Amino acid sequence: MESLLAQTINLFAVALLVLAFAMIAQRRILTLIHLYTLQGAALVAATLVVAHLTGQHHLYGSAILTFVLKVVLIPVMLHRVIDRLNVRWDVETLFNIPTTMLIGIVLVIVAFNLAAPIASLSASIARGTLGIALACMLLSFLMMIVRAKAVPQVIGFLSMENGLFFAATAATAGMPMIVELGIAFDVLVGILILGVFMFQIREQFDSLDIRHLERLKED
Amino acid sequence: MEALALVLALPLLGGLALALWGARERAGDLNAAVSLAAFLASVWLTLIVVREGPFTVWGEWFFVDPLNVFLVTLTTFVGFTTALFARPYMRIELDHGKMTGPRMRLFHSMYQLFIAMMLVALTTNNLGILWVAMEAATLATVLLVSVYRTAASLEAAWKYFILCGVGIAQALFGTILVYLAAERAGGGGEGALLWTRLAEIAHLLDPGILSLAFAFLLLGYGTKVGLVPVHNWLPDAHAEGPTPISAVLSGLLLNVALYAVLRCKVLADGAMGDGLPGRMMVGFGLITVVTAAFFLSRQRDVKRMFAYSSIEHMGLMTFAFGLGGPIANFAGLLHMTVHALVKSAIFFAVGHAAQKAGTQVMEDIRGLLKVSPTVGWGLMLGTLAILGMPPFGVFASEFLILTTAMRELPWATPFLLVALGVAFASIFGRVQPMVFGETALRPLAHPPALVPVFVHLGLALMLGLYIPPWLNTWYEQAARMIAGG
Repeated sequence: MESLLAQTINLFAVALLVLAFAMIAQRRILTLIHLYTLQGAALVAATLVVAHLTGQHHLYGSAILTFVLKVVLIPVMLHRVIDRLNVRWDVETLFNIPTTMLIGIVLVIVAFNLAAPIASLSASIARGTLGIALACMLLSFLMMIVRAKAVPQVIGFLSMENGLFFAATAATAGMPMIVELGIAFDVLVGILILGVFMFQIREQFDSLDIRHLERLKED
Repeated sequence: MEALALVLALPLLGGLALALWGARERAGDLNAAVSLAAFLASVWLTLIVVREGPFTVWGEWFFVDPLNVFLVTLTTFVGFTTALFARPYMRIELDHGKMTGPRMRLFHSMYQLFIAMMLVALTTNNLGILWVAMEAATLATVLLVSVYRTAASLEAAWKYFILCGVGIAQALFGTILVYLAAERAGGGGEGALLWTRLAEIAHLLDPGILSLAFAFLLLGYGTKVGLVPVHNWLPDAHAEGPTPISAVLSGLLLNVALYAVLRCKVLADGAMGDGLPGRMMVGFGLITVVTAAFFLSRQRDVKRMFAYSSIEHMGLMTFAFGLGGPIANFAGLLHMTVHALVKSAIFFAVGHAAQKAGTQVMEDIRGLLKVSPTVGWGLMLGTLAILGMPPFGVFASEFLILTTAMRELPWATPFLLVALGVAFASIFGRVQPMVFGETALRPLAHPPALVPVFVHLGLALMLGLYIPPWLNTWYEQAARMIAGG
């Protein structure tokens, strides 16, 4: 039973990775938000399993925190933002999916190589998943680079944070609670500020295209 | 303990009070008064540390030692003088219609919160809280960078947020790895990220994990320091935000970020023992100095130019701390102090000059000496000081860094000299016609606050000529701490 549960951690880890790839390949903003919510849910499930297996009670707290923040609060806020900005049905066309996916695969291999020596030192049951966490981070990073619209960039940013959170749970049975609370607070304030920003950008440029924000360059 | 509580609580309460009354006529006075009180509290804290030595409080969650108390005093001091400068400066911006009541409120309350978060970052003993406070300090300033709501300021703030967000995410991954190493060495739990405990067991931490962790931490906090190649946010944020914010970003935030790198370096050095962290910092520092010097020569906006100069100086400090050893660390700390003082003084003078000219483009600012001799001389002397002319303090610290580099890394010295030469030629060549020559500038409605400029330059001058013995022992203690002793 225990080993079966330990296996499910790997299952959720893989779900996170697949969702990260799905986000890279997704052109529609609404679907991106759904994928982000799913990723949050997978994170909660993985945290719960680790909490049960290790008996670390504070991990239940961090699972609840993750659920409230990443499955409820942030998606609701994102939905409201895209409604108010009227970009619900926006489709982003200007990026090359196959090339991005190929770069993504290279990133995953790099991440696994980087994490391999460290994962073998970790005492945690879910040590094999450190590589996956790092891969999720790098993939979200890639997403932020290739996207030109504000909302997908923000979702990339948030999904990078998911990868980090997963690294903390997988490699180390969770950071101290006070630190996790602080991080959650920062993320929440950050997303509020980004929301304000998107309205300011729209007001100024009549569009959410970040390519307008390329005036400040070294000539 | 009471002193530390005051240092942390005053700006925090000030921020809350200013969130309510920040739009009033006298809000600038309140802002300055709170900053003065915080400065006095930090002087009290310093006296306690000098008398009784380092201590930890509140269940080891916060600590004070020579290294961070020195930066706390510097932070509250520059915070206070910048608040003095901001009082007339922001009032003029209000008259010019660039600020409104709500924006003044945002400015005042976020200014105090920003100072408070930097003080938390400096005094916390927990590497996780250090990360949280660094991120919170960024968040507090993001909306200030875009406060004018121009297209350029929005772009600058977006870049600031996204690039620093990505950077700081790397730092968080590094922190997680440190926690992983700590868990293996001494068990996990709430206390595992306390710096004082980690420093004690540093030799037990796994060198493999720590080397990867330090790479992430250096890149992450290095983004905030403004190290090349992750510096792109810095010139934009400095040029487009209000000048008081440019002054505190350059003079304080960059220092606090470098402080975070130093704390992590002590741990990584203890674990690895082969000097790799130092070599990484030397490499990043050198690239930063050289790149910044050449970018600097191509700028037309005066605040952008001095932002690149900040990148150059942060690179120089990173280089010095990377060399390690008592003399280089001493020079790095001295450079941190004089750079913070001189650079904020320059931004004060530049702010008033740009207000008079109605532009930040250097070609359109001419003959400051004719309109306002104090602004003109402030800018000229500040420029000479930052370029490392004797007898200012920057000369002393750069001299120490260069001589140490000649002894320990001879091949690096020519690069540093060329970079400093290029920076000298380009900055002096641009500032000289701005100060002297004919003019068509308008006078200002409110008399500018130039006392901070000359106080800062006076202090930098004093540090160049004579370092009081108590300050000297203080620097030496802090330098030893960084060297891991």
